[in-house]
Amino acid sequence: MRQAAEVDIHDSKLSMAYIYIAFAALFLGTMAGVVQGLVRGGLIELPYSISYYQLLTAHGVLLALVLTTYFIYGFLHAGMSRTLGTMTPLERRLGWIGFWVLTIGTLLSFAMILTNDASVLYTFYAPLQASPLYYVGLTLFVVGTWIGGASLLVHYIRWKKQNRGQITPLFSFMTVGTILLWYVASIGVAVTVLLQFLPWSLGLVDNINILLSRTLFWYFGHPLVYFWLLPAYIAWYVCIPKIIGGKLFSDSLARLAFVLFLLFSIPVGFHHQLMEAGISEFWKYLQVVLTFAVIVPSLLTAFSIFATFELAGRAKGATGAFGWVRKLPWKDARFFAPFMGMLFFIPAGTGGIINASNQMNAVVHNTLWVVGHFHITVGSTVILTFFGIAYWLIPVLRGRAFTARMNKLAMTQTILWTVGMFFMSGAMHILGLLGAPRRTAFTTYQDHATAAAWFEGLLANQVTMALGGVILFVASMLMIYIVINLAFFAPKAHTEFPIGEVAEDARETPRILENWKLWIGIAVALILFAYTIPLMDMIQNAPPGSPPFRPW
Amino acid sequence: MHLHRYEKYWLIFGVGTLVVFLSIIGFTAFAHGHHPPSHMATVDAQNVKGSAPFDEPGLKQIDKNTYEATIIAMTFGYEPNKITVPKGSTVRFQVTSQDVVHSFTIPMTNVNMMITPGHINQSEHTFKEAGSYLVLCNEYCGIGHQHMQMEIEVTEE
Repeated sequence: MRQAAEVDIHDSKLSMAYIYIAFAALFLGTMAGVVQGLVRGGLIELPYSISYYQLLTAHGVLLALVLTTYFIYGFLHAGMSRTLGTMTPLERRLGWIGFWVLTIGTLLSFAMILTNDASVLYTFYAPLQASPLYYVGLTLFVVGTWIGGASLLVHYIRWKKQNRGQITPLFSFMTVGTILLWYVASIGVAVTVLLQFLPWSLGLVDNINILLSRTLFWYFGHPLVYFWLLPAYIAWYVCIPKIIGGKLFSDSLARLAFVLFLLFSIPVGFHHQLMEAGISEFWKYLQVVLTFAVIVPSLLTAFSIFATFELAGRAKGATGAFGWVRKLPWKDARFFAPFMGMLFFIPAGTGGIINASNQMNAVVHNTLWVVGHFHITVGSTVILTFFGIAYWLIPVLRGRAFTARMNKLAMTQTILWTVGMFFMSGAMHILGLLGAPRRTAFTTYQDHATAAAWFEGLLANQVTMALGGVILFVASMLMIYIVINLAFFAPKAHTEFPIGEVAEDARETPRILENWKLWIGIAVALILFAYTIPLMDMIQNAPPGSPPFRPW
Repeated sequence: MHLHRYEKYWLIFGVGTLVVFLSIIGFTAFAHGHHPPSHMATVDAQNVKGSAPFDEPGLKQIDKNTYEATIIAMTFGYEPNKITVPKGSTVRFQVTSQDVVHSFTIPMTNVNMMITPGHINQSEHTFKEAGSYLVLCNEYCGIGHQHMQMEIEVTEE
């Protein structure tokens, strides 16, 4: 007898649409990545018609924005359908409208990058000015995510009405937290693009307030990294316990962690602007303090996840202090890939604390260290977890099996990714400490001794960095092969959507954690506290604005 | 809400460390003045060369061991593009941009400032060793970004 699908077939199609584009972006984005890595290491030269910074823009946009956002929406839509039930036609239609608006925006911005009309990198700092169509594309991108997010929130609100007094399934609770964080954060980028960049690039106004645009961008830019991280946390909290045959340590701690992320990840953009003028010392320090508050939910998560691992191991008969480690399913790529991601998160989180420190930032600001940092956060922790999700999610959505052969390839893929990232990111971290700048094409600074040191050393070498990039590229192509197999060629089968259960002895979840109105209220109050006075100052005491520049 | 005993220890240790860490940062910042560059002075980015002090970019001696370097960042270089000071000098840099966002970064020192148009940013460094110091731009500023550099030569007396 055929089992009922884990996710409604119509909802599956919507999720898969998002996931196909995510992996298309992985394909193109890592291709741009390996080429610019080889150029940077001085190993190849680009043909005259392509600029290094154009490739760098494509690499950043495709991987940091397109891959992540599409994968997250695919994953969240599938999980909401699985935990709250099939979407209504209205909810599904919102999901599809979101998908198409997002996709039109993506294609428009990408076309501008291809024609070299938008070589402004994915941070698009004013007064570098791209084609107005680039900013239109970005606007559609954000609006698309809002509509896709509305699909999820409407689904949640309907479920709440139909299930009064019940506690929301953890997956859905976390999805709502993630989407709310995205909404509050993306207002910043929407405001700067709509009110500053678009009128200025269309020639309606002559000048742009640089500091204001940068501040609004980073108001969005830091929570953006939590928007990437939270779906990975969903997989860690909800899906991994099931995959390892265990139970979730504590439901309420998991929810508390997500609420804290919503509260503390947004009023903290200034630590990206520590090295610039126009923001006073006091406000910078205040936001540094708020930034560090995010460490608390990360500590909660670390404890919770490893407690889950230990409980699972002990339930299987492990003894001694670390006997449970051997009971974990090391040969299952659905566990192994996210686990390697978790290991990367230990140095990644430590590096993040250094980056956000008031004075220490001077040593690493805008050096390759930072590039190394986000390659082990989003590029490893998040992406390895997403790969781990893909190994079961694509089979669930396509009604296929994750075969033993694919598992073997997936294990190889994870090892290659880990080794490639170790060399690339390790080299980047050390080169950054030696002062090598990020976002810079091949240069020896007229053979200056300081720059020459970046091509010596075993690990601290731009050539090592490029070789790590080549290994990552191979791993990426292997991943594409696995995805194609899982989506189109793997044998038909029923695959389970892993949703973990809470341990029996965990206490009941306090109701207050479900009170989104309260948490949004506190989040807004914190944001107003951290931003109102500095923003007013930036507007009132602004220097004359800047005309556009296109120095590429 | 119920917290596991070990979870409590873990959080108390974590939050405690955090408080100590932030107190040290705050103390060095506000008691010792170790702030990141955060100056509030502004300038008309479209008329940098007509505005003091950038109408006379270059090096000025303040007292025996102290200098003031007034520097304009632009695509793709600095004006002036070389300064020379004797060993042991403290140089106060004040830098602005006449076009896009740049940085003024001296690798292997703590001088690392973002140079945003319209704002004057300041930093200082005492050069204790003789030699050639590379100054580079570490914020993407256009197609020639990788060529943007200057030199600080520190001489033996």
